[in-house]
Amino acid sequence: MRRQIPMIITFFVGALIIVSEFIPHRPFGNLSTSLEGWFLIISGFAIILGQLSLFKVNIIKIHRKAPNWPYFIIALVSFSIMVICGILWGTQQQPGLLQTSDKMLNFFGMKPFDYIFKYMFENLSATMFSLLAFFMASASYRAFRARSPESTLLLIAAVLVMLGRTTIGSTLTGWIPESLGFLHLPNIASFIMKYPNTAGQRAIMICAGLGVIGSSLRIILGIERSYLGGK
Amino acid sequence: MKNLVFYVFLGILLTNVSLFAQDISFTAKDNPNDDGGAIILEWDVPLTYNEMVITRSTDNENFIEIAVVTPLLKTYIDDENIEDGQEYFYRLSLVDADGEKQSFETNALSSAEWFNTDKISLLIMAVLLGTAITYYIFSARKGKRLYIRKISGLDTIEEAVGRATEMGKPLLFVPGIMDLDDMQTIAGLNILGHLAQKVAQYDSTIHVPVCRSMVLSTAKEIVKESYLRAGRPDAFRPDSVFYLTDDQFGYVAGVDGIILREKPAATFYLGAFYAESLILAETGFESGAIQIAGTAMPTQIPFFVAACDYTLIGEELFAASAYLSNEPNQLGSLKGQDVGKAIIIITLLVGVILEMCGVHFLKDFLATH
Repeated sequence: MRRQIPMIITFFVGALIIVSEFIPHRPFGNLSTSLEGWFLIISGFAIILGQLSLFKVNIIKIHRKAPNWPYFIIALVSFSIMVICGILWGTQQQPGLLQTSDKMLNFFGMKPFDYIFKYMFENLSATMFSLLAFFMASASYRAFRARSPESTLLLIAAVLVMLGRTTIGSTLTGWIPESLGFLHLPNIASFIMKYPNTAGQRAIMICAGLGVIGSSLRIILGIERSYLGGK
Repeated sequence: MKNLVFYVFLGILLTNVSLFAQDISFTAKDNPNDDGGAIILEWDVPLTYNEMVITRSTDNENFIEIAVVTPLLKTYIDDENIEDGQEYFYRLSLVDADGEKQSFETNALSSAEWFNTDKISLLIMAVLLGTAITYYIFSARKGKRLYIRKISGLDTIEEAVGRATEMGKPLLFVPGIMDLDDMQTIAGLNILGHLAQKVAQYDSTIHVPVCRSMVLSTAKEIVKESYLRAGRPDAFRPDSVFYLTDDQFGYVAGVDGIILREKPAATFYLGAFYAESLILAETGFESGAIQIAGTAMPTQIPFFVAACDYTLIGEELFAASAYLSNEPNQLGSLKGQDVGKAIIIITLLVGVILEMCGVHFLKDFLATH
């Protein structure tokens, strides 16, 4: 029963969603919107579970004095400060439990939660994102090494696209007469991006779409039970 | 002769006026394929008119203004306080450059439809695919042998777990950054079930940091059940599945920290990924772990291909659980998907040929609104 009831619910809801895709009449027409609303409500409650997990895991590590344990204290303190600031003084859109005093607003220029979010959190996020540029360089170096015919092809396509997308591409091939315009590097780059690249991406997306349909059917029909701990 | 010229001129003038009057049309009808409560108004008015007012009435006497439109717009959907079954009267009032006024009237009823005719092509495809998948599932059940090509990334899972056990290092599983409403996350979690069972059998350890609270509860339950299935419920550690943060780059920072501190023997990135894919995969590469990735995000696949040892591309991610289970039922559904691919390829080829011949029937039929 522990597995059968969830499977019956899955089948019923899955079948209902498929049917509602083709029936615009009420109540089927807005069924998926209603279910999305339910999902958001459940997610709201699940957030508490997430926060509890975060606290529990960090406290255990601090208690056991795991390597680098002071960092886990910083994580918990940062988390607590954000929660306290949010609850007490609110955010720009939402008022908090306490009234934000003019003195505090003059000092921070905004509410404390927004101040921390804007001047600390956003910068830390941007720092992590900026690492992508360096990682992209190292990954490209490995990917473009001409070890096989495929990687050589990749290297050639990449060089053509990179040159074609910069001003140096136009400069290098600018002397080619207009009648041979297809040999201009910007045109070659556009061609590669527009046709082979788009065709490849669409093929992946079509196959992924079929995969989604297959997986959904397996789950709805109860053939796939891994998510319930079954085989 | 003078009279003849006059009558010819008058005739031309009247013809033009009557033609000009015929040029203007104003119609109303029920908005098709909706759940009622909407009427679509269409007009064909010369561009010389710059002010057009639409008014509405339920008794054809008291009209209220509902919109000011232009001739360019061509259509307007009236969906404010429309009741199904009630007749509505519409009046289109025009004022030309000379300030002369004209008005046109029409009426319509709104109703809800029981079938969306725009989605006939989708229904046909769904029925064809569903039939193919069901047929192969039953064929496999009857014992028919089905050929499924090897997926190297999935065959390496056991090797990766064995390596982790030998090295005394943990494994890291990242189920992407999307919630449970994304099929890629569910596909990733299905693979986690098989992986966790192997981890339990080999007495290794696994870390599953998650980005969403809903994924946390599901992943925890999956890992727990896998340990139970492997006959080692005592070895399950609830803290092995833990929540980090909902924030994309906060999550990346957390996972990168785990990779650098714990130095896992193998890392698995299976789910929906965005800009964080390469940051995670490159950090894993630097740590020397065996890396297996899988996603259906076309923009992230090249990053995983460049930085990981094995990459499940698109549909392979969704097929992984069925492949690993080796159950005839599930393998049959994979074969059904292949038939779907064949149908799509044939449709594309026929569509291309028809379009080249100037026949647009198939393209129009397949297009949904």
